[in-house]
Amino acid sequence: MQHTISVLVENEFGVLSRVASLFSGRGFNIDSVTVAPTNEDGMSRMTIVTRGDEQILEQITKQLNKLIDVIKVIDFTDGSGIEREMALIKVTAEDENRAEVLRVVDIFRAKIIDVTPKSYTIEATGNPVKIDAILDLLRPLGLKELVRTGAVAIGRGAKGWKG
Amino acid sequence: MKMNGARIMLECLKKEGVDTIFGYPGGTVINIYDELFSFKEIRHILPRHEQAGTHAADGYARATGRVGVCLATSGPGATNTVTGIATAYMDSIPMVIITGQVPTPLIGNDAFQEVDIIGITRPCTKHSFLVRDVKDLALIMKKAFYIARTGRPGPVLVDLPKDVQIAQTEFVYPETVEIRSYKPTMGGHPRQVEKAMDMILDSRRPVMYVGGGAVLGNAAEELTALCRELLIPVTTTLMGLGSFPENDPNSLGMLGMHGSYCANMAMTTSDLIIAIGARFDDRVTGKLTTFAPHAKIIHVDVDPTSIKKNVRVDLPIVGDVRDVLIKMIKQADKLKDKVTAFKTALAPWHDDIAGWKEKHPIGYKNSTTIIKPQFVIQKLRELSDVDAIISTDVGQHQMWTAQFFQFNKPRTLLTSGGLGTMGFGLPAAMGAQVAFPGRQVITICGDGGVQMNIQEMATLVQNKLPVKIVILNNNFLGMVRQWQELFFDKRYSSTCMELPIDFVKLADAYGAKGFSTSKPSDVEKIIKQGFKENGPVIMEFKIAREEKVLPMVPAGAALNEMVLNA
Repeated sequence: MQHTISVLVENEFGVLSRVASLFSGRGFNIDSVTVAPTNEDGMSRMTIVTRGDEQILEQITKQLNKLIDVIKVIDFTDGSGIEREMALIKVTAEDENRAEVLRVVDIFRAKIIDVTPKSYTIEATGNPVKIDAILDLLRPLGLKELVRTGAVAIGRGAKGWKG
Repeated sequence: MKMNGARIMLECLKKEGVDTIFGYPGGTVINIYDELFSFKEIRHILPRHEQAGTHAADGYARATGRVGVCLATSGPGATNTVTGIATAYMDSIPMVIITGQVPTPLIGNDAFQEVDIIGITRPCTKHSFLVRDVKDLALIMKKAFYIARTGRPGPVLVDLPKDVQIAQTEFVYPETVEIRSYKPTMGGHPRQVEKAMDMILDSRRPVMYVGGGAVLGNAAEELTALCRELLIPVTTTLMGLGSFPENDPNSLGMLGMHGSYCANMAMTTSDLIIAIGARFDDRVTGKLTTFAPHAKIIHVDVDPTSIKKNVRVDLPIVGDVRDVLIKMIKQADKLKDKVTAFKTALAPWHDDIAGWKEKHPIGYKNSTTIIKPQFVIQKLRELSDVDAIISTDVGQHQMWTAQFFQFNKPRTLLTSGGLGTMGFGLPAAMGAQVAFPGRQVITICGDGGVQMNIQEMATLVQNKLPVKIVILNNNFLGMVRQWQELFFDKRYSSTCMELPIDFVKLADAYGAKGFSTSKPSDVEKIIKQGFKENGPVIMEFKIAREEKVLPMVPAGAALNEMVLNA
């Protein structure tokens, strides 16, 4: 089962490698990982998408908490979070396909951010499932290049992570 | 007052109460050595290899409970500490390792003797710091000691570039330290303790399963009091030996692969296992699917990751084991009547245990013609001081020591349990002897492991450290040979040492005393002579070459499937 975990970390030298080596050293999977600074000084936030059963997820959460630079671990598995991901997609767009690509972009409320006579580059944002769906539609039309950010997640409701 | 980074580092050590460091000079720590030259408050011990220096700091920490400190130069000096750091990490030993590093502008340029020691040691340190500004040094040292000794202890590495050692700043040592991302849970939850006591008093076949956490957490006294009050049988892991007196009638001895028959049978038939600072290692549980099939499990540990890592747990208690045991004792006091009834109800359980003890006690067949290693261990116990500190290497002699020495006090056995590091015994004993110059320190080694750090004989002689080195010599890498005998059709691939070493001459070459014998009738005489010597001594016993460690649970078998005689 796939899980999305937010990890608040001290913005210290080497913290990304500590988290990454924890996953590789203990044989946990990483499907995606993103990291960037937050609104608080010296604090970064990582979003990790991983997979495993309940026992593995418990170990992942505990092991992350054990790292000295980790301030808080939030598990969004129970649907308490909202997830978004962005993808930049370069597709072939020639002749009759050109109109079809535009229709798909329109349906998914995506944007064309670069255009040439032979291609479109698309920016799509949404739940990772939605990104998968637009890719499924674009693939037969000629998908040339893809870059995804990996998911970011935030809790639902009025409360911040501190409660 | 303004000082350079090298001096600040030493002042920090002094503030932390460090009286001894084990270190080896080199290009990127030469500034620290220059400051040490006139810094009289810290004793510096020069080992002959950085690995040994790290093990010595580890042995110092295990024997005293304080943070062990070692120092090495960059590059090969730093990489030589890695085995020592990993050894300490696996056994949760509080240590601070200081390594020199090339000047900050050169980091990443493949400079002479540059190595990314933070990267190399990341998986085997509790934490690590690269000091990039001398202004951060004092706070980093404060944090390093705090992290090393609190929560589940462990080694912390501080990498100190040469230019930071030279740079000057005002020295102010922080009085307190607060790390927002590091707050170990020390107090056990009172409600969980109440539940635990209810489960204990409802059980009829309880076993206390005690690991190194009880030693590290200084909980031996409380553990002993609680188990004596409730008459609960106690088995310990290798690392837990000494936390409960083995001469107590409720002691089952060690459990696991080479544990006693009664301990393994008790675990297998128990209805409640109370794990105290233990981590259900594979050498303890045997085959997991058949481990303690009838038992509920209470698990007390300061490290939440240890809980539910390998086995299911019915009641977790996160906290300092000593704190939890004190709360358990208080809770038992409140339930006096129930405790009395509980003790009466345990009678059949105690009968079962007495039966197993009588049926298959830990034993061996002695001989009048050839020295049995177990006999040497028993003689060592008989003739050594009550508070003698024993260190071991890894292998057969380590298991014989665990089985036959009988440990009654905490911190009297220093052994590499988790990593299983050969070459640990001699330098660890050295560290313990530095800490306790007046106590008897004995290292029990095999002929294989002792040769992995034999160069430390020089350190012992130079520093007048009277460590007693006992070598059980079978001219084999005995434990691997035993596995080859039992599981590989006696194909002794590369386990025979072939070249016999004259250990008496070797001792002599270093300026120490050496004794050797192959006669059982000489064993007592040599031990007495060795113990009488004021300096370091080698006592070599040429033992029965193919003696095995028994009983044995073959790897992957269930705990009750022990090989008792083979």
